[in-house]
Amino acid sequence: MFQLRDVSKVYQKRRQQVVAFRADQLEIGTGEYVAVVGPSGSGKTTLLSLLGGMLSPDSGQVLFDGQSIYDLSLTERTRLRRERIGFVFQTFNLIPYLTALENVQVPLFLGKVAASEQRDRSIALLEQVGLKDRLDHKPCELSTGQQQRVALARTLANNPRLILADEPTGNLDPESREAVLAMFDGFVRDGRTIVMVTHDPAAAERSARRILLRDGVIEAEVQSRSAA
Amino acid sequence: MNLKTLVWRELIERPSAMLTSTVAILLGVTALVAIRHVTVFSEREVGQQLQSLGANVLVIPRDATLQDYYSADLTTQTLPESHVASILLANLPGVERLSPKLCVSTQLNDRSVTLTGILPQAEFQAKAAWQSVSLFANKHEGCTKAACGPKTYDGAPEALATERTIDQLKGNEAVIGADVAEFSKLRPGDSVKVLGENLKVLAVLPRTGTVDDGRVFTHLHTLQQMTNAGEVVNAIEVMGCCEDAAGSLVPRLAELLPDAKIVTISQVVSTQVGINRLMSQMSLFVLSVLVIVGGASVASTISSNVRERRREVGTLMALGATPGLVTRMFLLKATVLGLVGGIGGCLLGLVLAMVLGSQWAGVTVTPLPDLLLIAVGAALTITLLAAYWPARSAARLDPCTCFSDV
Repeated sequence: MFQLRDVSKVYQKRRQQVVAFRADQLEIGTGEYVAVVGPSGSGKTTLLSLLGGMLSPDSGQVLFDGQSIYDLSLTERTRLRRERIGFVFQTFNLIPYLTALENVQVPLFLGKVAASEQRDRSIALLEQVGLKDRLDHKPCELSTGQQQRVALARTLANNPRLILADEPTGNLDPESREAVLAMFDGFVRDGRTIVMVTHDPAAAERSARRILLRDGVIEAEVQSRSAA
Repeated sequence: MNLKTLVWRELIERPSAMLTSTVAILLGVTALVAIRHVTVFSEREVGQQLQSLGANVLVIPRDATLQDYYSADLTTQTLPESHVASILLANLPGVERLSPKLCVSTQLNDRSVTLTGILPQAEFQAKAAWQSVSLFANKHEGCTKAACGPKTYDGAPEALATERTIDQLKGNEAVIGADVAEFSKLRPGDSVKVLGENLKVLAVLPRTGTVDDGRVFTHLHTLQQMTNAGEVVNAIEVMGCCEDAAGSLVPRLAELLPDAKIVTISQVVSTQVGINRLMSQMSLFVLSVLVIVGGASVASTISSNVRERRREVGTLMALGATPGLVTRMFLLKATVLGLVGGIGGCLLGLVLAMVLGSQWAGVTVTPLPDLLLIAVGAALTITLLAAYWPARSAARLDPCTCFSDV
């Protein structure tokens, strides 16, 4: 699915060059479950941003299904994200003034789906994550586990083939964490590709492959023993 | 879910964030609408007065103060009635009629009324001393009204309300104003007792909205006898054929009657004209303040809103929102702000104009749809222009703000 060739992203900070990320060759296959691990500042979020079409590299190419995404226009990259990529955030990033149902409808509205279909699909997704009776609750009225499930339902709204997750279990209790990881296992079984940034060793263990980053470079790649 | 819902829900959730800007726009529009409405109606009122009274000249006592044309005779100072003869015998060009008046305040049915003695036009013909004079025969050369035909005066007593003279009025007759007729329940043919004299109501004047509505008009000489005032008047109204004639009459009358003050309607309304001009300029100033203060407030509020919602905007972009959609989101919010401030300001300004216009400027204000539309349009334009740059900066936000450690 992804190919990174001679990709680098460098920031200039007080006359010093800081390598945020560099990779000569990195491939992520379709249907893979990849965990990106490393200490803070190792370039995990930079990699996620590069893969999500939100941060153009200073050099190299990022190919998505054979197409260089940074040769696309801003509009085309936005459409790519809307139609094929789903995001999961550590802080859930739900819109606080919208209900659970409305939050899930947001990607559908951005995809110009008709209003009635928006509602039907959103209800079905919230039922899927076990929140059928929380449709009209705002995020502040939900527990953290419930908020993350709403966020997951939103991620699935446009049926993405690729899910980019930024510390999806970082703010969750053990029970909710397990629930989220179980859903990720299900996504992979459905044929989706998951790239997950995580500090959580248990979450990393669930992936099929771990990429270890340090100081912006790939230090090692490990196949997980307990891959789904 | 659509863009309107997104914007509206955010506004409802956090109304206080936009309150300051909305109030700034609302107050600016309120002031603008109120000032412009009062100014327009005041200018119309002045225009009407100039049109109907532009050819008239007032002769009043030198020390009399004059605030309103229609109450020029409500003064304690007097002039000798012989001034009327002086004006007639001078045979000044362009003089068409004379209307000397004497006023006394009295009570009728426990209400205060102004008893006004007026000399009917027929009196001028009857006076033996004046029969040798060709009354009002000296025509004004180059009269601007001549092209429109001779000026005719309605002989009906009710015409006193508009023409300010009356053709026929006997010594025992009275013409009463609309307010007097209403509270005294008097009709033509009824009898009214004032200062111990019974007078027969000849006619009831139509409502004029001036002090004349509270007057009882009687024969000048009847009033002089009733009050033992002697042969005096409070004011002499000189009707000219046109404004040009009136203008040329002023110096001639001043020379003829050195102990009197000669005033034209233009002079009477000059203060009001000056005030109207000032108010017009004030409305431009208010518009400028609205643009600067209101616009700055909106720009600041929207910018602050963009900063507060960086993560939200980044998330929307990550989910596939285009920069254009983000811009529209903030501009739509500004539109709501502009409409609320504009419409609210128009309503408040209109109420203010209606209340203060009648109390302070003596004019009746009604809504001017064009002005209201312009005010709303101005509010909307200002808010959209002020919000444009912050909205564009929101659209240029880095979508990476959606991630936790950015």
